[in-house]
Amino acid sequence: MGFSEHHSTGLSGEIIEQTGVHVEKCYQCGKCSAGCPLSDEMDYPPSLLLRMIQTGDKELEEKVLKSYTIWLCLSCEMCYQRCPMEIDIPTLCDYLRSRSIEKGHINPKAKNIVKFHKAFLNSIKNTGRLYELGMIANFKFSSMKLFQDADLAPAMISKGKLHFLPEKIKDTAQIKRIFNKTISKKVK
Amino acid sequence: MKIGIYPGCSLTGSAREYNQSVIAIAEAFGIDIEQIPDWNCCGATAAHNLNKDLSLALPARILTSAEKHGLFEVVVPCAACYSRLMTTKHELDHDPVKRNKISEIIEADYQGKVQILNVIEFIDKYITPKLDDKIKRKFNNKIACYYGCLLVRPAKILKYDRAEDPQSMDTVMLKLGAEPLQWNRKVECCGAGLTMAKTEIVAKLSGTIIEDAQHQGAEAIIVACPMCHANLDMRRKSINSVLGKKIDIPVIYITQAIGWALGMDDKKLEFFRHFVPVNITVKEVSV
Repeated sequence: MGFSEHHSTGLSGEIIEQTGVHVEKCYQCGKCSAGCPLSDEMDYPPSLLLRMIQTGDKELEEKVLKSYTIWLCLSCEMCYQRCPMEIDIPTLCDYLRSRSIEKGHINPKAKNIVKFHKAFLNSIKNTGRLYELGMIANFKFSSMKLFQDADLAPAMISKGKLHFLPEKIKDTAQIKRIFNKTISKKVK
Repeated sequence: MKIGIYPGCSLTGSAREYNQSVIAIAEAFGIDIEQIPDWNCCGATAAHNLNKDLSLALPARILTSAEKHGLFEVVVPCAACYSRLMTTKHELDHDPVKRNKISEIIEADYQGKVQILNVIEFIDKYITPKLDDKIKRKFNNKIACYYGCLLVRPAKILKYDRAEDPQSMDTVMLKLGAEPLQWNRKVECCGAGLTMAKTEIVAKLSGTIIEDAQHQGAEAIIVACPMCHANLDMRRKSINSVLGKKIDIPVIYITQAIGWALGMDDKKLEFFRHFVPVNITVKEVSV
């Protein structure tokens, strides 16, 4: 009997269907949590997050989507590399993040992380490439972290590491269409 | 044969010295490299954190543009861009349904004909075989080669170097006279994706890397990723304040290291853009 025939309902089943990741394969060896550089900053270390999904318990599933863990994941791929069952946890976290946004469950501690990602994508949507200076300004205002790294941006400018003007690609209209067909349908 | 290059956004801004050094060594070896026409951002961490289709569509547009212009081998110096392009290629090459869906989104037929090289694969293939004859000076330094995450993981997709203890950069540096060290943080994450949103976490992660390099006696850290460089070099002040000590080990791109060994000067390699001053000791000079 294949793994897919177990626990194929609820969040666990949804994950298999959308990503092909089989959370039920996890036997809690803990290698992911041991190798994760941010385990100790997370509310649930990766192996616990997997266990919570495995239970199929609705309350725990909601806690997963409301967790800080899914936003702290750096996608450094250490857990996936070391997992004896080859469970692709970074892809799982990508999926859980998109579900968390759709359900309005973003963890309060992760608000600035989401704001940063949005500032980054807004910059690409307009010009096709990242305009670092514009993105930094956009993020600083939306997160109100105006004085964070206050000395870094001027130093970067003096070293010629930041453009004053955005670099635009030719077909920015196509980039906008790509956004409209993907993320703009879901994330406001 | 013409080789395509995907610089990615960092290499036009915060990591422009990396771009300069890639071009400089390619020129020195007579390699014809051409930017993929009208390339766009790969979407980076932000895209795959928020939307799967977008995270595949942006790299697919890049790869399709390369195909259209006959660039079937593309070097991607940024390890993060390399990871996004490789992941997209892997997913689209193995899943026809996904390939069709993404082709529709990008209004072009993704063929999967492009071979993607990271910067060290590019060096190994086109530079290393002719390197010995061109070396003008050699490093007299102990160095720590820092690979970070995305150059080596996940091995299942990248099929590149050893995931836990990679050697490819060490081998190049050995050729350049340097003494590559055994150290513990070769493939640890610097915190890249959170560099602006959670600066304190990044300083902590990058701090453990710098501290271990110092502990093992490194006189320079060699990197192949603009995110790693930004965190270890530009953020050194905040790293040092987290560590409570001043560590002034410079961070050098592998392509700058090669350029230096070829005898290129600071003006060409743009060490002046670094936050931590670069000091290299010369072992031997040949004319």
